[in-house]
Parts: sequence; C-alpha cells; structure tokens
Amino acid sequence: MNLGTRKILDNSFTAVGMGSIVVMALALLLVLTPIVYNGVGAVFFTGTIEHRTMLYKEYGRGDSKTIEAQSASADRYRGEAYRMLSGFEAEMEAMTPEASREYRSKYAPVRAAMSSLLGPLPGDPQPMLTRFHYGQTRWEKAEEKLHDILYEKKWDYSDPTVMAKEFYVPRAEAFAGTKLAPLFGYVDKHLADMMQPQFTFYWGFFTDRSLDAHIFGGIWPEIQGTFFLAVGAMLFAFPLGVIAAVYFTEYAKEGFFTSILRSANSTLAGVPSIVFGLFGLAFFINTMKVSESKSVLAGSLTLAIMILPTIIRAAEEAILSVPKTYKEASLGLGSTKWNTIATVILPAALPGIITGGIISLGRAAGETAPIIFTAAVSVGSAIGIADVFSSPTPALSWNIYNLASEHEMASEIRHVQYGMVLSLVSIVLLLNLSAILLRAKISQKLKG
Amino acid sequence: MQMTAEHKESKATGPATATRDIYIPSERVAVSGGGTPHVVAKDFSIYYGDFEAVKKVNAEILSKYVTAIIGPSGCGKSTFLRAINRMNDLIPSCHTSGILQFDGEDIYGKLTDEVLLRKKIGMVFQKPNPFPKSIFDNIAYGPRLHGMTDKKQLEEIVERSLRKAALWDEVSDRLERNALGLSGGQQQRLCVARTLAVEPEILLLDEPTSALDPKATAKIEDLIQELRGSYTIMIVTHNMQQASRVSDYTMFFYEGVLIEYAQTAQLFTNPKDRMTEDYITGRFS
Repeated sequence: MNLGTRKILDNSFTAVGMGSIVVMALALLLVLTPIVYNGVGAVFFTGTIEHRTMLYKEYGRGDSKTIEAQSASADRYRGEAYRMLSGFEAEMEAMTPEASREYRSKYAPVRAAMSSLLGPLPGDPQPMLTRFHYGQTRWEKAEEKLHDILYEKKWDYSDPTVMAKEFYVPRAEAFAGTKLAPLFGYVDKHLADMMQPQFTFYWGFFTDRSLDAHIFGGIWPEIQGTFFLAVGAMLFAFPLGVIAAVYFTEYAKEGFFTSILRSANSTLAGVPSIVFGLFGLAFFINTMKVSESKSVLAGSLTLAIMILPTIIRAAEEAILSVPKTYKEASLGLGSTKWNTIATVILPAALPGIITGGIISLGRAAGETAPIIFTAAVSVGSAIGIADVFSSPTPALSWNIYNLASEHEMASEIRHVQYGMVLSLVSIVLLLNLSAILLRAKISQKLKG
Repeated sequence: MQMTAEHKESKATGPATATRDIYIPSERVAVSGGGTPHVVAKDFSIYYGDFEAVKKVNAEILSKYVTAIIGPSGCGKSTFLRAINRMNDLIPSCHTSGILQFDGEDIYGKLTDEVLLRKKIGMVFQKPNPFPKSIFDNIAYGPRLHGMTDKKQLEEIVERSLRKAALWDEVSDRLERNALGLSGGQQQRLCVARTLAVEPEILLLDEPTSALDPKATAKIEDLIQELRGSYTIMIVTHNMQQASRVSDYTMFFYEGVLIEYAQTAQLFTNPKDRMTEDYITGRFS
C-alpha cells in the first residue's frame, strides 16, 4: 500500500470516528432536550389562582391574605360569567321543549369546559374526587380549556379518499341571540383576570406527597421509594459482590467448579430484567416469604440479584488491575493473605470497585421490570424506614411507566411524568458524576 | 553450552549435580559474630510444573555476609532467591524437592509458618514497589501487621529504619506524603527501610538496582555495605561489577545448576570452573 492510500485511509477512519461521535452527541441532545425542557416545566411554570388555592388548602403553603385578595379579584370576573351561565339556564327553562333540548345538548360541553376551567360552578355539589375540586392550575392548560369553550371540534368526512380532517367551529354562532352569546367573548377577554396567572416556582414538586394519583402535588414518595430500593439493593449486593470478587481473584483455584461459577456470573449479567422481576416474585415473595406481598425488601433483594454480576465483574477487574508487586511487597513483609487483601489490595482497588458499585446503583435506581411484581405500586404515600420490610412503595421508574401508559388522565399531567423522568435522569447522572469524582479523588490519593 | 572436562566426568558417573560437594568457601572474611551457616540447601531443586528450574543445589549461606548470585538470564538465580522466603508459593505450579533450611529449620517443612518465615527473611524486589500510602505508613506497615499500635514506638521504628536505609535526611520532613512521589532510587531505599522495619535476619535483594540510574545504584550499593555485618544479605544481580563491589561471596548459576560458589575476590580473579571464567569475561551471557 503506498503512502497516499495509507494517509487517505487513516484520515477517513478519523473522519468516521468523529462523525459517529457527532451523531451520538446529537442523539443525546435530541433525547435530553425535551426531557429537560418539559421536566423543568413541572417546577417552573405559569400557575393560576387555582394552583395557589390548592397549595394553600391541601398543603397549607402560601400567604393566605394574598391568595384571598387574588381570589376575590378573580371571583369578581368569574361572577359575571357565572351570571351568564345561570341566565342562559333560566332562559332555556322558558323555551319550548324542542328548542330547549337542542340547546341543552350544545350547552352541556360548554358548561363542562367552564367547570373544568374554573372549578365547581356555583350551586354544584362538591365533587367526590380531589381532581374536580379545583379548576385548571396551569396557565397553558387554562388556555387549552379556553379553546374548548370557544370552539367545537368537528370532523370533515367530505372526501372519502383521505382521512377525516378536524376543524373548529366557534360555539358562539350556535348560541347567537341567547343570553349565553356574550359569554364567549367575555371569557376570551377576561381569562387572565379570572385565572390570575403568575410565574410559579413550585419547589414542592420534589418534596410534596402526590394528591389524587399525581393530578396535583409532588413526587416525593417516588423519589424516596427509588432511594430506598436502590440503597437497599446496594446493601445486599455490594458486600456480597466484593467478597465474591475477592474469592474469584485471590482464592479460587482454576478448575471446573470455578469456570462454572464464572460463566454463571456472566450469564446472569445478560438475563433480561423482567426475568429477575418474575424470579423475585416467585422466590423472595412466594417461596422465601420475606414479606406478605410486594415490599421494599423484596424489591431490593431482586434488584440486588440483578446488579450482583456487574458488581462482581467490576470488582474483579479492579482487583486484577492492582499491581502484583503490592501483593509481593506485603507478603514479603510477613503479612497473611487476608491481611494483604484487606490492607493493600482492596484499598488500591477501591476506585474501580466504587465506580462499579455506583454505576450499579444508578442501574438499580432506573430499573422498572424487577420491581413491578416485587415492590412498586402506582399510588401511595412515602413510607417510613420501619415499613420497608412489609410495605410496597411508589418508585420513579415504575410511576413514569404508569403515568405514560396506564393513568386515566395521562394526557392532562404530562408535566408530572416529565418531572419524574428529569428527576430520575438527574439522580442517575448525579450518582455517576459522584462516582467519577470519588474515583478521581481516591486515585489522586493513591498516586500521591 | 560448552561442557568442561569436569562436567563431562561427573556426568559420566551420574546426574550432573549429584556428585558435587557442598560448597563452603574456605577462606572467610572477618565479620564479627558471622560466618555460621544461615541458610543451607541440600539437593534442593525447584520445579515449574515439569520444568526443573533449579537443579540440586548444595550450598551454605553464611550469616552476616553479603552473598551475590550471578548468572545469565533464566539461570534460576531469582527462583532460588525467592525460594528462600517462599515467595514462589505465589506461583501455583511451583514445587520443590530436597532440603532448604533456615537456622536449622526446614523452610518447606509441613509445620513451617511461611508468614513467620517471611518476617525473618525480608525481601526487596527488582522494581521499587512502595504501597500507595504515605512514607510513614509504608514503613509502619510491617510493624503494624505484627501487632504494634503504639504511636511513639512506631515513630521510633520508622526513624530508625529510614536512618538505616540512609533515607531519613531526605524524607524526614515529608513523612506524610505519598511514597509514590519519591524518585526511583528513594523508593527502592524506602523498600529496604520497610523491610528492615520488621527486623529480619536475612535480607534478600532481587536485582535491586536494575531499574535505577547509576547514581541511585551507587547509593543502594553504599547501603548494602552499611548493612553488611548486621544482616545476612543475598543479592541477585546482572551486574558483575556490582557483585564484585558489594559481596563477600558469589554464587554462579547456569541453567539451574550452581556451577561455582566461592569468595568473591577468588571467583572473579581465579575461577575454578571454565564456565565461570567464560561468563565473567563476557564470552557468553
């Protein structure tokens, strides 16, 4: 191969390498941007007076005087809208039954949307569910509701060759000439006056309990549950994994038994996590009966089994990378094998062991499948440390899945879901970052 | 390999080494309290699996003297040295036959505690290998292992060991610093000090200067001279000048066989064996 070809080949390899890195960076950006943008929206957003009232009533947070003043101001504008509604209802009573029936079917969605925007209307009984006690708490949702009030969604089926198209018809036309006609213009004009939007920094998102299945409130039970599960898994897996790694590297004689153990360990690392979940249910709960039903303990044990191979592998690598000369030096000074391991080899291998441990901790925090059957519930309150042996817990990973696919009002509370995703990603990132820092610090200390 | 007449003769009567006498150097250099057999090998062989790396060595190492072991690469000199404090145990396939005694006790005996043995027979390795700990902790490592916890006593031992290893003046103001920050020569003297801290009777040096520059090498050689008379020292070296400079006695190994063992001056000026002569004159290496 001549020099020119070789150079071109070299350069093209460099270009391909750079290209793949750029693609990876873009992909990362593409994934993280919506997560961060929408996740931040769970904490920083434009909140309405309904949000402040809810916080005050349910969590006792906020200044009652300001809230009362703003409420009073909002109620003045709402009163006018309420009067239009009740006026129209009276008007319908006076109509012929046919006309009344026709108007009623058109009026019902308007009334429902108004109730959804402003909370229970005057004269309505107090709804059962907390989610109906308040109107829209977020400004962007209030604007969506406004659109629902102003326009009726219809479908255009005129061209059978294509999919039906949606289009919007102003409701005002249907009510022209009635007492309800001015309502639409009024609500459109005075939405801000009725909702009192205000920039909100809802830090309580991370520390509050959730209310009515995450419709309101924060995600503290999930954060705490994730913490309990991950730390619990580490408590079991880390010591066990390090001891196993020491056995593999320092004590085990190469032979049939050892190679079986090694390949079992490698195989375990590749088992899908849902299998671990089912195993946890079958073994820890049904057979061992560590708890009556789902519990943090059972979940932690399942996660521990799942991350054990990773920890063993990382610790093994770390121990093997300790220079043999350290061992020789220590043994040469009349140290026992165990002493050498404890005072020389493990300290020198610590950066690698800790890195492996914290990466596993991140994995344990993020896994969903192993805890579905063993520990996670979709709705629940934060549990005390004493309850970990018997109680299940909500957890970020499982609740993200739940909010994305199973929650009955999933589309209304996307911000909560994104907030959870951002929290989980941040927790895992923080863990990995601390692993890097810790590793750097210990390596620095070892290097001198 | 060119066989000498003597070799051919002995080969005719049996295994090459079986008929050799136990080498005891006849003339002795005066060292007070020394000169008794400290390590004794009788028909001592070392195997790596089936390969016989050291073949039926018969020799007595004399106490308080410096004994150098020379020979070409792969001749078994390091293997022999490492057998004395059983560092070869780390190699799973390694086993021995014959007798190797330390102070009359069998080193490879069933009842021998290798941990205790290594406390009495210290070793310094080819590459400086301080622990990634502070200088103080490096020296105090051995004494602490053997149960010393008193801070004051430890400080005394650290200072004494570092003084013996001629390192005290250079590091006394930075004992808390990481030992890996020292230069190669300093690190090697630190390793000597660390070994001295457990108060061994024998000091095994396995090519202690091969990784060092000439200046650091000179310091280590000076140190060996300082320690001579206080410890029984065995040094494996590739450097024949070094062997002639620092040792009282010299062993020459070739292909696992102890060819010649004599007073250093005699071995280098008037070798009895042709092969020794060929080796020290540089005809092969």
